[in-house]
Amino acid sequence: MKRRTFIQQSTAATALVTIGGFGLQSFNAVPRAKKITILHTNDVHSHIDPFAADAARNANQGGVARRASLVESIRNENPNTLLLDAGDIFQGTPYFNYYGGELEFKLMSKMKYDAATIGNHDFDNGIDGLYAQLPHAKFQFLSANYNFKNTVMDTHVKPYQVFIKDGLKIGVFGLGIKLNGLVDKKMYKETEYLDPIESAQEMTRILKKDEGCDLIICLSHLGYYYKKNPDKICDLTLAKSTKDIDLIIGGHTHTFLPKPTVAQNSEGKNVLVNQVGCYGINLGRIDFYFDAEKNKSADGTSIIV
Amino acid sequence: MTHKTFLALFIAFSFFACKEDAQVLTKIEGKQIPITDTLKIDQGFEAIIKPYRDKVNKDMNAVLSYAPEIYSKSNGHLNTAIGNLMADVVYQQGNFVFNKRTGKNIDAVILNHGGIRSVISKGNITTRTAFEVMPFENSIVVVALKGQQMDSMMGYLSHAKRAHPVSGIQLTLDKDFGITESLVQNKPIDAKQTYYLATNDYLYNSSGRMHFFKPNDSLYVLDYKIRNAMIDYFKRVDTIKPVIDDRFTQTK
Repeated sequence: MKRRTFIQQSTAATALVTIGGFGLQSFNAVPRAKKITILHTNDVHSHIDPFAADAARNANQGGVARRASLVESIRNENPNTLLLDAGDIFQGTPYFNYYGGELEFKLMSKMKYDAATIGNHDFDNGIDGLYAQLPHAKFQFLSANYNFKNTVMDTHVKPYQVFIKDGLKIGVFGLGIKLNGLVDKKMYKETEYLDPIESAQEMTRILKKDEGCDLIICLSHLGYYYKKNPDKICDLTLAKSTKDIDLIIGGHTHTFLPKPTVAQNSEGKNVLVNQVGCYGINLGRIDFYFDAEKNKSADGTSIIV
Repeated sequence: MTHKTFLALFIAFSFFACKEDAQVLTKIEGKQIPITDTLKIDQGFEAIIKPYRDKVNKDMNAVLSYAPEIYSKSNGHLNTAIGNLMADVVYQQGNFVFNKRTGKNIDAVILNHGGIRSVISKGNITTRTAFEVMPFENSIVVVALKGQQMDSMMGYLSHAKRAHPVSGIQLTLDKDFGITESLVQNKPIDAKQTYYLATNDYLYNSSGRMHFFKPNDSLYVLDYKIRNAMIDYFKRVDTIKPVIDDRFTQTK
């Protein structure tokens, strides 16, 4: 209802401007179509260099310096772009064993990553090892269900962040996997794991109601789906059990999807779930188009995957 | 309408007009872009990476051994050549240290299938191979266990139905995954005997599904990284020859 009166007022103003002959079209009374591009990676696991030409698998694929030029060309095409990572930045090549994640963070900062969530392997040098590399990270760490209050990471991780691109508010929050049984307690210390679904419900409430976000994105390291353990919390379960999330960017299970999954949330609305395998072999790209209500097709938001 | 009124109205209305109008999500497009060698290498990034790479490569490219074929953890049902290699390396290399220190010998080894992080490609084995297969800093520990806990370990393996790397044991399952034969050092498990089971500190400390390590009679921390054990083994052996064998099998 509120929106209808708003549009009427805008229309009136347009009419008046036209009559007045001022021609101030830049006041933009008619909503302008907008496009937000979300780029994402997960489980890069310290793969700075491309796989060698003679590698048994993934030969010649990946590489940070190539990803950087791709990201730059996409940003040139659409400056309203966010670059996100769903965790497990660390561990997998000698770069991590030698430098503890310094180079990974430096390169992600130079590539202007906006945010990342924390994967289980990001604790591989202990929570102190992660903390030690923070000076090299110029992007925000997000986790809504890890409570770092009694650890060195306290105040260095936020549950969510709202990014404003072209006047649109994009709320991004992070979710991490249960650490007990997966990571040595000596490594994660007093990090407290909270229920991911409850955390997600709290986040979507804040981001939708309080922050008034136009788009809500979850950066998840919960894993896409566990065939042998279907009761284990995963991105597909998360999608089903929550509302108001537009996109879940996943990680952990190193899942290569033929295309992003269109799942249904608790209200029967579509949620996109995507994950792009691992090792920086792929970059995920999701474009969100915004326009006036009247330009929306009768079937609702169209999804092309 | 006077000019003034018009201006006032204009300002009032344009206030609304200036505010961003409500917009809704109309379309979503999703895809995945492969990072291939057709993409340009960003030279600014390359310049940052180079000094790090040069240092790492100098160490990593040392040739240690040779692999006559590719070894993958997905090749094999309940035991794999690469898993057998890792468990046997922990058994042999670990026992040098354990025996020298305690006068005792390791009876068996258990690692986890998920801990094999890469294939061993056909061709030269370098220091890098060891880092790829075993990137973690995990070290070998030896746990002194009673026969009953060795039985629990066998039970665990039969339930897991997974090619967890093992050495020193022989475990045979029937078609329903029931245990038909369970041997340690070629002998049935003796409830009263103490067995020395080697694993890594991650599996020992994690409260995952391997519950049989605790309680135990003693824990021996060898301060010997699994990766270093592999590097030392590769240096000793000209050509690796791991095979899938009968240490953990299922009869149809």
